[in-house]
Amino acid sequence: MIIAVIALGLLAGASGLLLGFAAIRFKVEGDPMVQQIDSVLPQTQCGQCGYAGCRPYAEAIAAGEADINLCPPGGQNGITALAELLGRDPKSLDPASGIEKPKMAAVIDEQRCIGCTLCIQACPVDAIIGAAKHMHTVLVGECTGCELCLAPCPVDCIQMVPFAPTVTTWKWTYPVVEVKAAA
Amino acid sequence: MSALFPFHGGLKTVRHKTESNQTRIWTAMLPPRLTVPLRQHIGAIAKPLVQPGDRVLKGQMIGQPDGYISAAIHAPTSGIVSAVDPQPVAHPSGLADLCVTIESDGEDRWINRQPVNYPHLHPSELRNVIRNAGVVGLGGAAFPSAVKLNPSGRSERLDTLILNGAECEPWITCDDRLMRERAADIVAGLQIMAYLLGPYEVMIGIEDDKPEAIAAMSAACVRTGYMVCPIPTRYPSGSVKQLVRLLTGKEIPVDGLPVDVGVQCFNVATAYTVHRAVNFGEPVISRIITVTGQVHGPGNFEVLIGTPFAALIAQCGGYREGVERLILGGPMMGFALHSDDAPVTKAANCLLAVGPAELAPELPVLPCIRCGACMDVCPADLLPQQLYWHARAKEFDQARDCHLFSCIECGCCSVVCPSHIPLVQYYRYAKNEIWALEKEKQRAEQARQRHQARMERLEREKQEREAKLRQKAPRVEVVASSGKQEG
Amino acid sequence: MRFKTVTSPHLHQQTGVNQVMRRVLYAMVPGITALVWFFGWGILINLALATVMALGAEAAMLAARSKPLALHLGDYSAVVTAWLLAVALPPLAPWWMTVIGILAAIVVAKHLYGGLGYNPFNPAMIGYVVLLISFPREMSAWLIPHGIGQPHALSLLDTLQIIFGGAGSLPIDALTGATPLDVLRTQLGLGQTVAEIRNSPVFGIVAGRGWEWATAGFLTGGLWLIYTRTAAWQIPAGLLGGLAVMATAFYLIDPQHYAPPWFHLWSGAAIFGAFFIATDPVTASTTPRGRLIYGAGIGILIYLIRGFGGYPDGVAFSVLLMNIAAPTIDLYTRPRVFGERQP
Repeated sequence: MIIAVIALGLLAGASGLLLGFAAIRFKVEGDPMVQQIDSVLPQTQCGQCGYAGCRPYAEAIAAGEADINLCPPGGQNGITALAELLGRDPKSLDPASGIEKPKMAAVIDEQRCIGCTLCIQACPVDAIIGAAKHMHTVLVGECTGCELCLAPCPVDCIQMVPFAPTVTTWKWTYPVVEVKAAA
Repeated sequence: MSALFPFHGGLKTVRHKTESNQTRIWTAMLPPRLTVPLRQHIGAIAKPLVQPGDRVLKGQMIGQPDGYISAAIHAPTSGIVSAVDPQPVAHPSGLADLCVTIESDGEDRWINRQPVNYPHLHPSELRNVIRNAGVVGLGGAAFPSAVKLNPSGRSERLDTLILNGAECEPWITCDDRLMRERAADIVAGLQIMAYLLGPYEVMIGIEDDKPEAIAAMSAACVRTGYMVCPIPTRYPSGSVKQLVRLLTGKEIPVDGLPVDVGVQCFNVATAYTVHRAVNFGEPVISRIITVTGQVHGPGNFEVLIGTPFAALIAQCGGYREGVERLILGGPMMGFALHSDDAPVTKAANCLLAVGPAELAPELPVLPCIRCGACMDVCPADLLPQQLYWHARAKEFDQARDCHLFSCIECGCCSVVCPSHIPLVQYYRYAKNEIWALEKEKQRAEQARQRHQARMERLEREKQEREAKLRQKAPRVEVVASSGKQEG
Repeated sequence: MRFKTVTSPHLHQQTGVNQVMRRVLYAMVPGITALVWFFGWGILINLALATVMALGAEAAMLAARSKPLALHLGDYSAVVTAWLLAVALPPLAPWWMTVIGILAAIVVAKHLYGGLGYNPFNPAMIGYVVLLISFPREMSAWLIPHGIGQPHALSLLDTLQIIFGGAGSLPIDALTGATPLDVLRTQLGLGQTVAEIRNSPVFGIVAGRGWEWATAGFLTGGLWLIYTRTAAWQIPAGLLGGLAVMATAFYLIDPQHYAPPWFHLWSGAAIFGAFFIATDPVTASTTPRGRLIYGAGIGILIYLIRGFGGYPDGVAFSVLLMNIAAPTIDLYTRPRVFGERQP
């Protein structure tokens, strides 16, 4: 009787220690699910999903509050990646949040810019530089194409321009010579 | 001569060398206008040093290397810069890239050329001479040679310096002719390379279908200790990985460089330009190019960089009847040009006009029957059939697991495929997509960080403002802060 | 001047799928000749019927799937399937058996799985197994060698009548008998020794009378396929090696009750299966090492089925079982890539 109690007690103690050790040794920082979802999102911070940025949207998905098909910049590929990550069925993009467009960057017509700084305050990634009453310009390399600067501009001098392929960004295409073409 | 270490796979291809290698190297005519691309090499595009209207001399630097992996660009003749703008270049996309256009004044007047006595120079100064002369690998990849000639960061000496005269692609004979006619100059350049790298042994690999070149190089190598190694004629023996294995038995690691196994490899034409740059002070403003196939007078031409292909073809007597494709490079790895108004670059080793006589009729593509013919010829020991299934299904992760990036795109698999599947294009597509996805990921990460930084800044500013307000006077009525003054 | 742009390489060999398939057909000719010599017109009638049916079924399926007809009919893959199945059928098999077998092979095993290149199972063997399971009696009634080169040969007309009209007044039961492997199996079950059984008139020098010559014919054709690199050498080598190892081991343990390895190698469909059936690239393993394992697996399974299973021969089942394993084998037998460190 005593031996059984001691044996079980020891066993329980050892397991407890092991679990406690494992909890410290393999501790996972933060909420990995939110981070994983966030890393799949395109980080345009455009808010088309209805949340204040990519991270809040990721949190909402992780909490089960938002669906996975609300991100137009991520497009169908992004939805598929989310579906795979979360083990759900892929859906098509919710047209209420927007449509998938080619990658674009904002360009300020510098002749018409009045230097109001409204676009600078709207830019979620600080990709517009300039000062009050001075001309502004967009750092094309940093622009995510979120279009948040378009609405605040009082003189409508910002345009979205798609990225044109150059010799460095040009890609070989998927071969189209398939069996059907030979018919 | 040491024993050879054959590589797996490869092909015996058609040769078609005699069309162009029976006559000496001709000097091409000076065209009235030269279009010199500023990106002729791997790495960053050169920064233009001239503006429209500037007068330039032959050999004057017009593009400055931008960063460590970049190369200088020089004016190929004297004249006036008429434009610095995007012009069509030789690229599979047919897109335009930044070029300097020079209207030749016909005088072809050199800058003051300054040969250097290299044994008196510090290696870093000598490398700088080579870098400022715009020397890049002339075998086709156009990697800046000064980078490869820098042994720094390596404690031990280089084991083997290899000079690549294999020229394994059909039709191309420019290295063959160069070795036959200017062997002593090549060896002089090789000596400069050996001086910089200090290898234990120097080997020159030449395919055994070029007996004249082997003889000429052997004669030039007398009393240098350099070994001329005839290698079996088997495509792709001229690929760096295969040549290094063939000559030394060492395999360059999957993600590695030749230096990782103590080997460095240069093309024979590169050695020649190193010699011209150091011993004559002449930058790379011309190269030898094979023009062959369906042209009236095929041959090898020493041609100024920037000469339009059309001018070169005209000099060969023009196209024959029925030319369908104009290929830059060989028929195995070269790409088809969109038009012949693009200019000659440092990397252009062969211009091949082909018609139905050279090209097999295009056959309909059938499904893969998993026969493994591609596997038997793959010199990288890959399973091309599995790569194809994954690339076709756009399963890029799996394709990468199957060592997609070990593929050298030699084209052997596509040649033998009984189903006529354009395998290499599938691999290129998959590689490009993976690179693009990675770039996209980097951009997203950058945007995420910038967004986070902004949020933190806004938060900080808000707190600072509140702190200030509290300090002033904790009155009942709160002063409305206008958030619009920030930024 | 503007030009056509396509991706490199710009050279192509002219060998096509149709040439590969045609070579397989040529390689079968010596073996088929021997079969006809010993077993008569039935073989040729089966071949012709199977070919016509296979092409018809292929055309119908291609049309249904809106694929280019001429291109795929011209790849000869359906003809190869038809010949493989026809050679495996008893020479006097009624016509509807050939039809059912071909439909199972072409329609179900090939096209319902996506057509040439996509079928996971060897179509001809699916057709064979469907018949073997559905009509075991008809499938085991082989003709006792009464071919055109033999005394008492059945005439072409008689053969046609048996195949298309039933046996009628012809003494069909007198003409057919069990296959040599079947005899061996039954007699062993009755407690006889291998040596005693070998005295039976169905056996010749090495294996079954008549059969052994057909096997020699298929071996000749098979070696030619290997020589021309149409088929991978690893699969026949693995298969025959696996079978030989098993047979030798059991023969050494008890030569009274286990047939010698040369008998096993030369009997039934071992040689034919090794060079013609297992080498079907679509359903086999594709890596060099994988092919050896794949072949050896079939060889071992053949022996197990022959020795301990419910059927006299086991090539079809063995091939199908290893077809299932092929993707897994491929996954674990990837060769070392150039420049990859030895694990």
